[in-house]
Amino acid sequence: MDQLLFNSDYPYILSTLIFLPLAGALLLLFVQNEIFARYWALGVTTLTAILSIPLLTNFDTNSSKFQFVQQCSWVKSLNIQYVIGVDGISILLVMLTTLIMPLCVLASWSYIKTRVQTFMICLLIMETSMLGVFVALDFVLFYILWEAMLIPMYLLIGIWGGPRKIYASIKFFLYTLAGSIMLLVGIIWLYKTNNYSFFIPEMMWKGYSLTAQIYIFLAFFLAFAIKVPMFPFHTWLPAAHVEAPTAGSVILASVLLKMGTYGFLRFALPITPEATTIFMPYVLWLSIAGIIYGGFTALAQNDMKKLIAYSSVGHMGFVTLGIFVMNIEGVEGAILQMINHGVTTGALFLCVGMIYERTHSRELRSATGVGKYMPIYVTFLTFFSLSSFGFPGTNSFVGEFLILAGAFKYNTILALAAIPGAVLAAAYMLRMLQKIVWGGTDNPDQSWLSDINAREIATLTPFLFFVFWIGLGPQPFIKLMHASVVNLLDQFHAHQGQAVAAAELFFH
Amino acid sequence: MQFLPELILLGASLIIFLVSLGKPDSNKIQTIAICLGSAVLAATLVSLNEKGILFFNSYKVDLYSQVFKTLIAASFLVVLILGQKLKSIKNTVHSEYYLFMFVSVLGLMMLVSSVELLAIFIALELSSFAVYIMVPMRGESGRYRFQMEAGIKYLLFGVTATGFMLFGMSYMFGLTGSTHLDVVMVKLSQMYTQPAAIIAIMMVLAGFFYKLALFPFHFWVPDVYEGASNETTAFIASVPKLAAVALLIRLVSMVTGEGQNIVTIFMVCAVLSMFYGNLSALVQTDLKRMLGFSGIAHAGFVLLGLLTFQLSGYANSIYYIIGYVVMNLACFLVICSISKNGENVQISDLSGLHKRAPLLAVTMAIALFALAGIPPFVGFMGKFMLLAGALKQGYLLLVILAAINTAIAIFYYLSVVRITFCSDPENTASITNGVFTNATSLLLVFIIVIMGVVPQRFIDFASLVVQAIK
Repeated sequence: MDQLLFNSDYPYILSTLIFLPLAGALLLLFVQNEIFARYWALGVTTLTAILSIPLLTNFDTNSSKFQFVQQCSWVKSLNIQYVIGVDGISILLVMLTTLIMPLCVLASWSYIKTRVQTFMICLLIMETSMLGVFVALDFVLFYILWEAMLIPMYLLIGIWGGPRKIYASIKFFLYTLAGSIMLLVGIIWLYKTNNYSFFIPEMMWKGYSLTAQIYIFLAFFLAFAIKVPMFPFHTWLPAAHVEAPTAGSVILASVLLKMGTYGFLRFALPITPEATTIFMPYVLWLSIAGIIYGGFTALAQNDMKKLIAYSSVGHMGFVTLGIFVMNIEGVEGAILQMINHGVTTGALFLCVGMIYERTHSRELRSATGVGKYMPIYVTFLTFFSLSSFGFPGTNSFVGEFLILAGAFKYNTILALAAIPGAVLAAAYMLRMLQKIVWGGTDNPDQSWLSDINAREIATLTPFLFFVFWIGLGPQPFIKLMHASVVNLLDQFHAHQGQAVAAAELFFH
Repeated sequence: MQFLPELILLGASLIIFLVSLGKPDSNKIQTIAICLGSAVLAATLVSLNEKGILFFNSYKVDLYSQVFKTLIAASFLVVLILGQKLKSIKNTVHSEYYLFMFVSVLGLMMLVSSVELLAIFIALELSSFAVYIMVPMRGESGRYRFQMEAGIKYLLFGVTATGFMLFGMSYMFGLTGSTHLDVVMVKLSQMYTQPAAIIAIMMVLAGFFYKLALFPFHFWVPDVYEGASNETTAFIASVPKLAAVALLIRLVSMVTGEGQNIVTIFMVCAVLSMFYGNLSALVQTDLKRMLGFSGIAHAGFVLLGLLTFQLSGYANSIYYIIGYVVMNLACFLVICSISKNGENVQISDLSGLHKRAPLLAVTMAIALFALAGIPPFVGFMGKFMLLAGALKQGYLLLVILAAINTAIAIFYYLSVVRITFCSDPENTASITNGVFTNATSLLLVFIIVIMGVVPQRFIDFASLVVQAIK
């Protein structure tokens, strides 16, 4: 158990974060008052966010171990444990989740008008399972939360979604579930091989036989690539994004997609390093394909949500690119870019949601020329759009820069292939921005629009704050993850030696 | 005292028989039936720790049989409660219907204690024939007489399966010279290389495969589920399956040593059951029919535990079948409540249920997600343990096929949840249920969640129970 670090000051902090929203959801089951439901959900998520702050202040940045660990037995006969902890890879994602949830509640304040209690219950259960996924150190615990999350997300899309919600929600559910079925088989195989233990840290760096690694990597890859989503497994994403209510889109973009890339970092790399080395080039080129494809498709969209959804495919392509170049710049850039994408794309979805609440249309055409009447709104939108294509001074610039630096270090051709993606991002974001702010001579009459109110400003401001904080001073964020990333890569390169030999054997 | 639950059941049947001589109204009969059902459950609980061998070594009372009797009594009581006023049964035969139901349960209870071939046969027939009569007791509705077709199909397939079983028993007796299971199985285990022994065992198992609705013996399922009244289907789908699994485990646990041929046969049956059940369920529009096909698939999963030939595997199977019965009863509780005059429930009839009856909608959704094997419910834990157990024995391909089936199955469960939760009602009236029914549905949901979240005690208990057969 040398990978675990128990923190005696805060022994139950992670459990509190996980179970507080669940307890809040249980109470809401018995409440019929819609206004109370809103305030209650806001209160619970805010409390969770506040309680998560000691995680940051007490996090030991020099250690690559799992911290704030809590461990107890859960199902003895199968040796399933309830063991949770955070390290440098997961802490930022945990913080992102806890901080974004109160804003999701705020964003749904007037957007959700029917079945408010159910909606808030779903949001709170989502928070429980999302936090659980990032901190679970037992594979069964991880899998249970990973799957359990589908139910509230399915309901979020299926009940409060747009016109094609049925199609979108079922597609989302089936895709994700079908993808993770083989993950379950892989988990059981690892359990059997690891002396009947589901403890994740002990599954890492074990040097399983190459054939087994390849099969397990493929199982992992299918599950995580669908979640990311990597090209060509992305087709569920535009459908789900477009139909989901604003809060659902924000959760999807900001947190759910990160689970795929988190899965690669946490499981694929350490458990199957040799197979990762073998499949590295393919995954990298798939990432490039995703970047280019996402960019071009986004350029052609007339639906604002679809545009941002496809831009997500491109941005997540950058993240997987950063992960699989396997050097310190790439991986750190990738983790930072995961956070950036969560901040920026989440905020963009909120912006689109605000327009949608007013015009009841997601069409770009019906939102042209609102700049004159909604000056505050377009100011926010401009900053988030700039951030989305990585304008210097904003958060995404730092992330993409690091990733590209890592890619150049790995292979110049690969890095050059990714550059058009950055240009495309500027093209489609500026196109959207231009139309929304100024439009053309044929603008619809927008004079009846009211600018965003105080609640909406309060929802967007924290995002803007992080856009500039990460953009101008990313060092504290990188410091949090540094020790864990270095450890991950050191171990990986130690195994890569054997892997290269194995790869040659495999291909010849 | 060892025989108390059976005696109470017998007495209960007689009481209902006496009641049926008069002209009692439905409410009164139902109250009587529920009281008697509770008495049976109490009796099984009282005699939980009894041990003994009765009737010339052919009837064994041990922890294993008593636990199954308790489970049978409990699920029977739930069936009695969810039947409410027997809306779909002809008014004139309510008391007779209950009479046959009690007799059938008596047969099932005797079945789990029987350790001798003829006793098994008699108990099985007692339970089956009562159900054969219950199926056509459904009231007339519309032009078609589904229930008659269902009754005849159930009878014919049932008799055929019994025929197989009897034939197998004759082989067993011929090969070993005894009808007592312990003698028969010990002697049979020395002749596993002989085809006759394998055929004998498979034929006897066929009788229970029929009750459990496993692949080659599943043909009765869709039509009987659809044709029988909602209450009868709820009964057929839950209580006999418990007894069938109990007896299968008793038989299989005695098959030791060179069982490889049987493992192979089991595997084929399991995989075919899953694929057949899940693929057919995809296109159903009648809710009961869909649950019937899903039941075939779940029977395949139960077999995954049996074919490990390990005590832990049997315990997993017990855990799984208990979970399955609970999930199924929850579904049928909703079906019986929705059906106004006892007609069949189409999947589309559930539309907007969340508004008409929130509790029922939640019950249905949780039961279906559990059946689909989505955590954190009992269905997931059960499947997970079965898969883990099978992979421990090295059946990787089997586990992969079973896992693929989980993915297929999710679609049809999800479509029902979709209709329940994501569509708006089309001017349909709200549904109000009695406190008793609501409490039962809450209890079932509670069990589904608890068994899934803290499974340890249940598994320990199942293992303890399995130890008792040795």
